[in-house]
Amino acid sequence: MTPTEPAATVAAADYWSQLFVFVLASFIGLGVIRRVSRLLHTPLMSITNAISAIAVVGSIIVTGADYPPVIRLLGGIALFASMTNIVSGFLITDRMLKMFKTDTKSGQGGHP
Amino acid sequence: MSHGLVQLAYIIATALFVFALHWMNTPATARKGVYAGVAGMALAVLATWAQPEVVHHGWIVLALIAGVAVGVPLSMVPLTAVPQRTALSHAFGGLAAGLVGTAKYYLWLGEGPENLTAFRMVAIIVEILLGFLTFTGSLMAAGKLQEVKWIPQRPVTYPLQNVTNFLLFGVALVAGGALVLHPTAPWAASVFPVIIGLSLLFGVLLIIPIGGADMPTVIAILNAYAGLSAVAMGFVLDNKLLITAGALDGSSGLILAIIMCKAMNRSFTNVLFGAFGQVQQLKAGGEEKVYKPETIEGAAQVLEQANLVVIIPGYGMAVAQAQHKVRELYDQLKKRGITVKFAIHPVAGRMPGHMNVLLAEADIPYTDLIEMDEINPDMPQVDVALVVGANDVVNPAARTEKTSPIYGMPIIDADRARTVFAIKRSKSPGFAGIDNELYFADKTWMLFGDAKNVIGELVKQLSGGSGMH
Repeated sequence: MTPTEPAATVAAADYWSQLFVFVLASFIGLGVIRRVSRLLHTPLMSITNAISAIAVVGSIIVTGADYPPVIRLLGGIALFASMTNIVSGFLITDRMLKMFKTDTKSGQGGHP
Repeated sequence: MSHGLVQLAYIIATALFVFALHWMNTPATARKGVYAGVAGMALAVLATWAQPEVVHHGWIVLALIAGVAVGVPLSMVPLTAVPQRTALSHAFGGLAAGLVGTAKYYLWLGEGPENLTAFRMVAIIVEILLGFLTFTGSLMAAGKLQEVKWIPQRPVTYPLQNVTNFLLFGVALVAGGALVLHPTAPWAASVFPVIIGLSLLFGVLLIIPIGGADMPTVIAILNAYAGLSAVAMGFVLDNKLLITAGALDGSSGLILAIIMCKAMNRSFTNVLFGAFGQVQQLKAGGEEKVYKPETIEGAAQVLEQANLVVIIPGYGMAVAQAQHKVRELYDQLKKRGITVKFAIHPVAGRMPGHMNVLLAEADIPYTDLIEMDEINPDMPQVDVALVVGANDVVNPAARTEKTSPIYGMPIIDADRARTVFAIKRSKSPGFAGIDNELYFADKTWMLFGDAKNVIGELVKQLSGGSGMH
């Protein structure tokens, strides 16, 4: 019924590569995020909110696959929650970023 | 859509997410980052939806429409409410992770117990623990930030609080361990809800002892939890896109939490279990200290004579809705050739970077928003430091007073400026309940009143006076 291979192979094959991906992605994340301007930490938080709503991917499968209705209902609620985060996260990030302007008439560049 | 194509789409989405965060390194490219993020997300959603195992579409469409319907209004909240919105979205993220974990467990329990390997079970337990804990914890945090009436603002403590919390968490872990070892035992289906219940409860208990001043750190920590619960979901579903995107979110939360902790000279454990702001120490020493009030006219004159003015905003400025008046003051001073900078303490708002957003909304150029570490060496050259609605972040007790709860916290060195004006609504202590020596210093003059009114009066004074030169 489930679309996955027998458990033993799944676990043996992907167990380590998943952890590998996690560790490497964390290091990339730390490296990239450390360089984010401190000015933008609030927009950063809202864009990472939206990005971590990638849970939408799992929710779509649980909602749309041929599973018992109760299971799919749980998936549907999760999908709603994730979609809310995607929409509000990206929209509010853009809304905030639009406000960050340099003022050329003030004639001042960055702080020395 | 074939497996290979889906994976390819996922890889491209991952790359787009990394670019999205990379472009956030300067305001000039940041909006490009949003577009990259949207593109990555759209790609991921479409690729997933097109997989052959997705056969029912009605509920998906329904949930997506409902998500848009709720998401759009949530994105239009006032900027002072952004911390609550952020906490709320952590709650949604945690809920989604918890629900998918629950759904998958019961699905496999009924239809494919061989899928419940020890590794998967560990991932599921972590996913629902973090997911549901983040859900209720973030709801509590959002409630505290929104100042919902029935959620106490002040930290709630009771005897053996931490012991109780750890015991509860221990029970959840033991139950989780039992499930990992015997995922399909007859009792498993009924132990699983116990873990869910304990996680939900633990989320509440974790947040109630934490005071309002610590919310920036707490939001960042909950951000990390939400990211990690998505990672755990990736392990459960064997989906590397979830793992990478969750890891990016998790590391972002971690870095922000570390920055916030450093900015308050606290440790994670201290924030989470310290119940800051609860102990109000009474100042010993009978000496009467008096504020020196200054008039608007006097302050305006001093400001006019200055070459370099630094405005130090705190959340009180936002509460008084004074940002736009501050912008007018900024314009008036700039017009006179006076250099005006804003000194931003990392915890000046209610979430990381909050103050910058509030000032940017008031059209203040971000090039004049200077962070604490950069402006402090210049403070002795500053003619006037104007403190608007800030208190603890300029309190010199953090440097000198070993008994002070904020001792060791880095502060903006307002007291090193030549003159200090502090706008204060009342004569009561600030958010953390600590008396501020700065206000009694020889060079400090107080402007009492609502920040918006006081700044408005200053602007009126300056604009009236400018014609008489």
